[in-house]
Amino acid sequence: MHFRKMIFAASLSIATVVGAADPDAVIKGSFKAKNQAGLERLERSPMQAACSGAVGMTLPQPEAEKIQSAALATVKFPADGQFLGNWEAGEKIAQTGTGMQYSDDPASPNGGNCYACHQLAPKEIAFGNLGPSLTGYGKQRGQSAEILKYTWTRLWNPHAYNACSHMPRFGDGGILTEQQLKDVMALLFDPASPVNQ
Amino acid sequence: MNWKPALAVVALVISLPLLAQNDDNIFAQYRAMFGDDNPAELVEMQGEELWKTARGPQHASLAACDLGLGAGVVAGAYAQLPRYFKDADRVQDLEARLAYCMVKLQGFTPEEAVAKPYSEQGQPATDMEALAAWIAGQSRGVPVAVPQSHPQEKAAFELGRQLFNYRAGPYDFSCATCHSQSDKRIRLQALPNLTEAKGARNAFATWPGYRISQGAVRTMEWRVGDCVRQQRFPQLVFTSDAAIALITYMGVLAAGEPMAAPGLKR
Repeated sequence: MHFRKMIFAASLSIATVVGAADPDAVIKGSFKAKNQAGLERLERSPMQAACSGAVGMTLPQPEAEKIQSAALATVKFPADGQFLGNWEAGEKIAQTGTGMQYSDDPASPNGGNCYACHQLAPKEIAFGNLGPSLTGYGKQRGQSAEILKYTWTRLWNPHAYNACSHMPRFGDGGILTEQQLKDVMALLFDPASPVNQ
Repeated sequence: MNWKPALAVVALVISLPLLAQNDDNIFAQYRAMFGDDNPAELVEMQGEELWKTARGPQHASLAACDLGLGAGVVAGAYAQLPRYFKDADRVQDLEARLAYCMVKLQGFTPEEAVAKPYSEQGQPATDMEALAAWIAGQSRGVPVAVPQSHPQEKAAFELGRQLFNYRAGPYDFSCATCHSQSDKRIRLQALPNLTEAKGARNAFATWPGYRISQGAVRTMEWRVGDCVRQQRFPQLVFTSDAAIALITYMGVLAAGEPMAAPGLKR
């Protein structure tokens, strides 16, 4: 009796799997290109495909290391060796949430939208909490070459240190320019930045 | 981001609390000011009228449309959508079903039926928005029970789960990026955790909703499509398989929650 039930349950679950459509195929038929958002955005990179699991997912160590080293290889440090720009410009970038949506003007510079997920300047109370608080970032860490390079890398391609990080690849993804990244770096590190007050 | 205009409106009437903790406090307070008044009621009345009016090349009303509980049965139907419909051989949400009925009963072309799902800012509600508001309202208090008996219904749920976690685009976002942890916010806006019952129940039961910042009734398809826009994806096609799968995924997790739509949204 129980055995028959199990067979029935097994055949049902097979039917479900057989009936389930391939997500890549469904995705292709369910979207249309609009303004700057073309259909090529739906093609997944190896990182995106590997990290398309539930949050809290972990990858097998070799796979995670492969993604991390590939991400590390994408990082371009500033050509002139200067990591820090203007914190006031950085604050503006951190406050700006637009960029790369089909509703956005591609002629306007993209924002970094840092406050969507992080606490930064203490006076800004409208901050999100998907990422850790970065208040006092530079004050706590100083400005050694190592910490500047590490932070630049995390902004450029966060997958270098965390295979399935949720943070966008602000440098590698072409979201922010080198100068914008320098300005965000200044927001984090400049002793005069409100982040470090 | 849409939060800024909404926040500006709210700030005019309410002093900003020092810090919003783990809910959308200020929006909740703003909503409370409306009391029992929801501007969606006017749109609901428009939708009821539309349901009963003979339209289209066949001069027929939608009154014979089967929303899943039998021809013409509206009460409680929304709480059991999306579902598999044998005549269409497809899992359909409310909007897909309405489009189907507009074609089959009223004689509109499939293109006409889905031509204008959402109103522009300041424009009156579209037919879809008005019908969705009224039909959802006819499920008020009815527990959500999105069916999972047909293999296609199960396949839609499983596909929805996979699409929820599908990372792509220039920002590497999936739905899960923002909606798979509890007590998280974007700026001050609370993010429902849609991977568990609590978050899914509240979200599913309150759409369609009257969106205060836009002065319009928005449907569940609009809500999902606007998330996808912020995900930096191309445009989600109205009544597409992906849209219906995502709504099925959410609806199944929302089982048991009494419907409270049209809700009042920021």
